[in-house]
Amino acid sequence: MKQEIIKKDAWDIVMKARANNRPVGRHYIDAMFDEFIELHGDRLYGDDRALIGGLATLDGIPVTVIAQHKGSSLEERVSVNFGMAHPEGYRKSMRLMKQAEKFHRPVICIIDTNGAYPGIGAEERGQGTAIADNLFQLSSLKTPVISIIIGEGGSGGALALSLGDHLIMLENSIFSVITPEGCATILYKDASKAEEVARHLKLTSDDLMGFGLIDSIIKEPKEFTKDTMSDLVSVLKKEIVEKIYELIKLDTDELVIRRQEKHLANAGV
Amino acid sequence: MKHIFQDKSNGINYRRLENIAPIIECSSCGRNVLEELARTNSSICPFCGNDFRMKAHDRMEQILDNGSFKETNKSMSSVDKLHFPDYTKKLNKYKKSSGLKEAVVTGIGAIDGRKVAIAIMDAQFMMGSMGTVVGQKIVSLTEHATKNKLPLIIFCASGGARMQEGVLSLMQMSRCSIALNRHSEKGLLYISVLTHPTTGGVTASFAMQGDIILAEPGALIGFAGPRVIEQTVKQELPDGFQRSEHLIEHGMIDNIILRRNMKYTLSHLLKLHTPFDGGAL
Ligand SMILES: [Zn+2]
Repeated sequence: MKQEIIKKDAWDIVMKARANNRPVGRHYIDAMFDEFIELHGDRLYGDDRALIGGLATLDGIPVTVIAQHKGSSLEERVSVNFGMAHPEGYRKSMRLMKQAEKFHRPVICIIDTNGAYPGIGAEERGQGTAIADNLFQLSSLKTPVISIIIGEGGSGGALALSLGDHLIMLENSIFSVITPEGCATILYKDASKAEEVARHLKLTSDDLMGFGLIDSIIKEPKEFTKDTMSDLVSVLKKEIVEKIYELIKLDTDELVIRRQEKHLANAGV
Repeated sequence: MKHIFQDKSNGINYRRLENIAPIIECSSCGRNVLEELARTNSSICPFCGNDFRMKAHDRMEQILDNGSFKETNKSMSSVDKLHFPDYTKKLNKYKKSSGLKEAVVTGIGAIDGRKVAIAIMDAQFMMGSMGTVVGQKIVSLTEHATKNKLPLIIFCASGGARMQEGVLSLMQMSRCSIALNRHSEKGLLYISVLTHPTTGGVTASFAMQGDIILAEPGALIGFAGPRVIEQTVKQELPDGFQRSEHLIEHGMIDNIILRRNMKYTLSHLLKLHTPFDGGAL
């Protein structure tokens, strides 16, 4: 049988990754995990609703869940700041990762954000510092970390949850250094060139796989909504559970060295 | 001789003077200063004390002991792996105008006789943006420092991750974080010095991972750029927002150090990190 290879357009994928009816963070928590209990707050300033944290079981395995959440209804989207976290979000994720390390509990990160929020308070409370601290801590976190990009992997705000042992992208998700609009504005002072720029940024799951930066791509159904996500969730769950069984057996020092070497090997030079 | 350096109102034709000796206009007081004079004065405006952009090699000269600097990965230079429009052209342009191969210079040197690994970013090369080569040079220097038990100093100056290398630039944030984490686990000192401007992916990684974080006065330091923030929040930004003085007030940096005191301060900090083993001093 001849396999038909269709080269997908990057801009179409950007649109799919951002589609309003695409499943968001909370949908994955509901569909993938059992016994979820939410844990709020960063213990420093507040609770960022753009990032949901908590404990749950995955096929009976206790795990820490950290999920960026864009919201579904317009009302909810506004209330979670469209999934753009403040420093409190990244400090909450850091707190829960540290806690997971203490109990040697695997961490599952669900990534979906246009980027960390660019605001006055966010800057004053150290947005850069919060992301930098996440990356630094993940560099040597002594428990397995598995990350999945379900929609938008927007620059540093997404990267902060991606420095783990295993990175999965959904077929029509993206991972980019900057939004195509932002890039077009800086380079051409014209956001309408975003479509063209998207093709140059190499932000699709195929591109990332080509660079060797991700471990797997999971196929999406044609119409991908929370009502059609169950098959995808089964595949995703199976892959994560298998990975956890593999990673949890490693000596923690070995786990950390493996993670470090994996990322250091992505020199790109 | 003093009159040569004064403002435009004194009737001197600076355009003609520029042909003889390059001139820079001070962004703070607006006066014209001979580049050579500024250079020999730690790149500080002689009129108002404003810090000019400092070239990486001039800073090396100012910070390190005479003749102690040995550059590493000197010839490493970027290639257009993504076939991004105009990237090669831009790289060539900045190589020519800055005399540098990339936005960071790395190497080993000494401060008052104490050996250090040092990286100095230069905003004159493509806004100091971080692509794969900048990332790799910093990772490689940090690994060298870890292996040889050396303290590490990074002078940051960057507009953030380099768009033209896409996600490969973004990954450098992870790589630098890992290298620095390994350096830190060995109990070694890392001092980060934030200079104008330090933003984006550099702020969200190694700039803010120092055991000690210093900044030059008035440096713009932030994650998002001020224009992006203004467009997002649709209000005017407060006076002095994202400047060093603003950051120290919010507890985000350890200290602000005048350029002329930088070497002394770094030397002092290195001395304070000499291990004490309980024996006689
Ligand atoms: Zn001046």
